[in-house]
Amino acid sequence: MKARTFTRHVRQGFRNIFRNGWMSFASMSSVAITLFILGVFMLLALNVNHIASNVERQVEIRVFLKADTDKNAAHDLEEKMKAISEVDTVTFISKDEGLQKFKDSFGDKAYFFDGLEKENPLLDEYNVKTKDPIDTARIAETIKEYPSVDKVNYGKDTIQKLFSITTMLRNVGIAFVIALGFTAMFLIANTIKLTIFARRREIEIMKLVGATNSFIRWPFFVEGLLMGAVGSVIPVVILLFGYRYLLNFVKVDLNLYFLDLLPLHPLAWQVTGLLTGIGAFIGIWGSMVSVRRFLKI
Amino acid sequence: MIEMVDVWKTYPNGTNALQGIDVKIDKGEFVYVVGPSGAGKSTFIKLMYREEKPSKGSIFINGFHLGKVKEGQIPKVRRSIGVVFQDYKLLTKLSVYENVAFALEVVEAPRKTIRSRVMEVLDLVKLKNKLRSFPTELSGGEQQRVSIARALINNPGTIIADEPTGNLDPETSWEIMRIFEEINRRGTTIVMATHNREIVNTMRKRVIAIEGGKIVRDQVRGDYGYES
Repeated sequence: MKARTFTRHVRQGFRNIFRNGWMSFASMSSVAITLFILGVFMLLALNVNHIASNVERQVEIRVFLKADTDKNAAHDLEEKMKAISEVDTVTFISKDEGLQKFKDSFGDKAYFFDGLEKENPLLDEYNVKTKDPIDTARIAETIKEYPSVDKVNYGKDTIQKLFSITTMLRNVGIAFVIALGFTAMFLIANTIKLTIFARRREIEIMKLVGATNSFIRWPFFVEGLLMGAVGSVIPVVILLFGYRYLLNFVKVDLNLYFLDLLPLHPLAWQVTGLLTGIGAFIGIWGSMVSVRRFLKI
Repeated sequence: MIEMVDVWKTYPNGTNALQGIDVKIDKGEFVYVVGPSGAGKSTFIKLMYREEKPSKGSIFINGFHLGKVKEGQIPKVRRSIGVVFQDYKLLTKLSVYENVAFALEVVEAPRKTIRSRVMEVLDLVKLKNKLRSFPTELSGGEQQRVSIARALINNPGTIIADEPTGNLDPETSWEIMRIFEEINRRGTTIVMATHNREIVNTMRKRVIAIEGGKIVRDQVRGDYGYES
């Protein structure tokens, strides 16, 4: 294609949007509205995932050593646990540190336990975190069988409940986003189809004066791309400002510091990229599919 | 040159629109195609610019064998022919200038060439003063002149017209016919389907009459031959 022809196609694409004012407006609005809804659900799903991961990350295995374990045996055990490929970190907490922590948790009543230092009833322990929290139970069962291990503690039942809840939340979120994505595609493609249907005469005439199919297609490609991209800018702007407001509202007005939402960055770029990409793709796809039907003259 | 050899056309609904057409039209001829409605005139015309494909037989036009051209070659065939329709088929959202220029943009002509060529053909159809108007702002005769200008712009060897005066009053019809005659005088072949008895009988040319899908008459300087 000659450069001149390319600029002609781009120019023509722009011009078509303005000349078919209302139809273009309808297409762009349907892009905007569906992408907005999709965006809301996406933010929701991402945050649910984020919160679930945070909770999961707090899961750890406490490995208590037998009271008579010497330093070498403890060291061997540590190396052995680190060698498990699913294990992320292994932290040693001596029984003295453990006692200090225990006392600290009682604040100013800590003096109750003064004197325990001499006959510390606690055991040395390792805190083990797995790379994927879902492996916790399996790894804990493995470690339990190692020598010098007295017992392991990982909140068996709580963990299983937690994981089934987080997994369900994630799946529901993904299902919603996918379903909405498809709905958005068909809604937008249909609207674009209507705008092009109104112009089948135009396509017919183009063919009759000897335009090749690709020559006819290009302006529609540009038009679809533009409508999709412009249509996605509006929901992106609303979503980002809305989300910024929400973050502020949760932290400052509601004082819900424990509700750890995803920060605006890099979320803003991800949402912008994704929605604009989807918009542009759907715009192009919708117009290409519709034009093809009328090219068979 | 246009040649049809034993051309048949059966539509999917079973209508036998054309049944064994043999015809040869030489370069520079002016031919009227006449006949009652539903006789096959339109199909005859449509086969020439490849809107319809023959069910059987061969069609040669401007060196293309229409039965054998590949899908990708059809645009080339259409560029070698100018087509004028009864309902003008103008793009209502484009100005007169753009409507005419469009047929040249399609062949990726340089803008300068497009400009001078559009002016040339608009001058020929006497519409130079309306180039910024839109089709809806023009009279029927003016719209038909725009469509003739568009058909001419590629310098086609052949103009095919399907009842070009069908929607026009007698006076405007004559105006259009004078333009066709001028184009023909410059060497372009013209094939025109028409119902206009007065025109055929006054501006004497070759007449091909089609009835029931067959050529029933082919006269040099013929007459319309039907009561209108």
